[in-house]
Amino acid sequence: MRPHLLPWLLILPVTVFLGVFFLAPFVMVAKQAFVVDGVFSLGHFAQVASHWKFPIALKNTLLLALAVVPVQLALALLMATLVTKMRKGRDLVLYIWTIPLGISDLAAGIIWLAIFEQSGFLNSMLVALGLGETPSVLLSYQSPGMVFLAIALAEIWRATAIMLVILVAGIGLIPKEYHEAASVFGASPWQRFLRVTLPLLRPSLQTALVLRVILAFEVFAVVVALGGSLFPVLMSETYAYQFELLDSGGAAAIALVILGISVAFTLVILRILRVPKGAQA
Amino acid sequence: MSGDMRLASRYLYGATIALLTIWVLVPLGLLLINTLSSPEAVNAFPKRFWPEFDLGSLRFFAGFDGMIDALFNSIWVAGLTMVLSILIGAPAGYALSRFDFPGKETFRLLVLLTRAFPLPLLALPMAIAFIRLGIDDTIFGLGLVHTMLALPFAVLITFSLFSGIPIELEEAAWTLGCTRFGAFCRVVLPLILPGITASAIFAFVISWNEVFAAAVLTIENRTLTAFLLQNLDTSPLHLKFAGGFILVVPALVFIFAVRKYLFAMWGIANR
Amino acid sequence: MAEIRLRNIAKRFGDYQALHSIDLTIADREFMVLLGASGCGKTTLLRIIAGLESPSEGEVWIGDKRVDDLPPRERGISMVFQNYAIFPHLTVFDNIGFGLKMHRLPQKTIRERVHRTAKMMHIEQLLDRYSGQISGGQRQRVAVARALAMEPDVILMDEPLSNLDALLRLEMRAELKGVLAQSDTTAIYVTHDQIEAMSLADRISVMHRGKIVQSDSPVHLYRYPADRFVAGFIGNPPMNILPATPIGDGRWQVANREFEGPRVDAKNIEFAIRPEDMHLADEGIEGRVQVVEPLGPHLLLTCDVAGCPFRATVDNDHAVNPGDIRYFAPQPDRIRWFDPLTDLALA
Repeated sequence: MRPHLLPWLLILPVTVFLGVFFLAPFVMVAKQAFVVDGVFSLGHFAQVASHWKFPIALKNTLLLALAVVPVQLALALLMATLVTKMRKGRDLVLYIWTIPLGISDLAAGIIWLAIFEQSGFLNSMLVALGLGETPSVLLSYQSPGMVFLAIALAEIWRATAIMLVILVAGIGLIPKEYHEAASVFGASPWQRFLRVTLPLLRPSLQTALVLRVILAFEVFAVVVALGGSLFPVLMSETYAYQFELLDSGGAAAIALVILGISVAFTLVILRILRVPKGAQA
Repeated sequence: MSGDMRLASRYLYGATIALLTIWVLVPLGLLLINTLSSPEAVNAFPKRFWPEFDLGSLRFFAGFDGMIDALFNSIWVAGLTMVLSILIGAPAGYALSRFDFPGKETFRLLVLLTRAFPLPLLALPMAIAFIRLGIDDTIFGLGLVHTMLALPFAVLITFSLFSGIPIELEEAAWTLGCTRFGAFCRVVLPLILPGITASAIFAFVISWNEVFAAAVLTIENRTLTAFLLQNLDTSPLHLKFAGGFILVVPALVFIFAVRKYLFAMWGIANR
Repeated sequence: MAEIRLRNIAKRFGDYQALHSIDLTIADREFMVLLGASGCGKTTLLRIIAGLESPSEGEVWIGDKRVDDLPPRERGISMVFQNYAIFPHLTVFDNIGFGLKMHRLPQKTIRERVHRTAKMMHIEQLLDRYSGQISGGQRQRVAVARALAMEPDVILMDEPLSNLDALLRLEMRAELKGVLAQSDTTAIYVTHDQIEAMSLADRISVMHRGKIVQSDSPVHLYRYPADRFVAGFIGNPPMNILPATPIGDGRWQVANREFEGPRVDAKNIEFAIRPEDMHLADEGIEGRVQVVEPLGPHLLLTCDVAGCPFRATVDNDHAVNPGDIRYFAPQPDRIRWFDPLTDLALA
């Protein structure tokens, strides 16, 4: 075998797989979304967009991402800086903090259901503290704020770990000397964080934010587990079109909307956090 | 800074870490309490903050019609995903770490690009394609889609693992009489096996946890997540909590098993 | 028998030409050092001989076999890597015996040879350890032992001492020279350290920008640099170079002095002298001393000679101060002349 053919041979399986299960379905989903009765049309989009639930689902999805992602970013940065300073017990703390990384969104939804359902731990605690007589229904259409809060907390609880891992790894790649140099030149810990850590962490922040934001637009099982149909999001609408309305064209149209939002946000994040050429660590 | 302030900041530091640890652990503890309590206690009010150590809920879970099948479906799909993603992904990871070849950057970009897409959505068209291929509602079909989800990670993680093994080790083996394949088996493989195991477990958990594609692609042969999701409206609380608990257990084992690799994997996958 | 012949070797990485038509013959049992600054192509050349890179053009012969299409394992070579490349999952014993095992030698032979080479490298007591449990110097010994155990026709070494600290390097250098002198192996050794090269080599090939500029014995190389690059590269501090203008009849004006030089028809040529080939005298090249550096056995003076920097090493019993005007008398037989157009030495 010619040695220079080997690399191509090695990447062939992945390439074929990506072609069949990534590019092809992508084309298929676009076709489903844009073709009505064999001709190109925006009919599916118009129909989906005119449904009364669509603007609500879109708003909910964006609001949830807007509420959750910044909190997660701040929390992950805090955790990452705390943990890099630790000497004793670092491994144990990191292990505990990263546990949610392995927990599915469905399980996370169920976990927070244990807290927020009517006979759940939150009500039990409120009653035990004398703040209420009888358990109130926390997750209902009458308390959209509480539903939103429960979902947001579950999301923050579950998916901060992925950012934490990426940021801890990123901080690990920054040589200590930069910090030492900065402190020799008189930078306070806060200034060091702001002027040294954050800029050098940009590639990791990029990855963490892109992954996290995309996952935020994919939010599904947490919402279903906690809010049921009280809190429609884009992903649950896609599911509803596919299975309840049996309208795969409509499902594909919403799927493309999610795809479009994801790609747009990815580009924005990459643009904002770009590392100038030659300034890479 | 005065001694008092230093002490105060030490306490603040410790307290923040403790608080964040409690924040992560308490919800898990509450789930555990519910799981290890009898169905009656789970549905009662107010809740006790200590488990009864009653296996009633778990027994109900095991006896629930279709649940054990779903559990095994989940294991099969995740196992298939694990094997496929490593078999397909690792060679590409090796190629990326060892060779410079035209198209390498394009390939890497294609792999990275997949991460910018909500991949579970691609299950929608696959549902129709799978019907034509006759693999709709099968473990195999879902395994393929889950492999697609796990594959970018498998490629990037194995890439970083292989990059961690100096190429000189392989070259030394060549000069000492090994073929390329022989050097790989005798030198690279023994060194990389723990890392490969970690990334295989990672692939397993990606599939195990996946809800949307599983719910779209299976009807009769539900996986555990899809089954639980489908029955969320109708199932009693104790069934939900027991199911959630079963879902969480592999996560704890997974994070523990790969904790050594978690950060190394992401450190390089960043680039 | 393992003479190595390189014919017209060229190597391109994309647009970058790493090696230009290299022709070199290395005699059986010769110790050849490839010497050059980083990026000069010396490691690439070694890797081409090893079979770890393939040449873009040219032929590699080892003994009477053309090997440039053969994989490394079929070339009869073994190699010592810069970072040693000790297999971390194997013991020292298994590392040294690795190649022998690959060549399916009988267990007994393997055991004997591993013990013999380990003894030769003074690491018998480490045979059960793993690479993580031994020091850098010991790892180096394992790497050499692993290469020697193969009893190869050719042993290739890529900066094998560069990761050791100075004292260990000195010790290993002498040991390496002793061990290899006893074997029948042809050795090719890559380094950027000229002292290492001088002390080890039968012959040194100085490389610059992908070419071999001079191949000679260490002493000859030092005395008779073939061009200005070698003159500047070999020797520390390097050779002094001053412009010379013709007076006629083979005589040349250098700064304030006249010298007997080559009879060539040129407007100007260059005069070169090593700093240690001069002594302080009452008359000679006039220089204003700028810096005085006591280096123990002698003083290193940095002077200004007619606007050019000029260095001389002189006995440390002279009292020299910055600002002094001093006269340097070169040893006539150590003066070299270069053509500034071609940079080559003039006979």
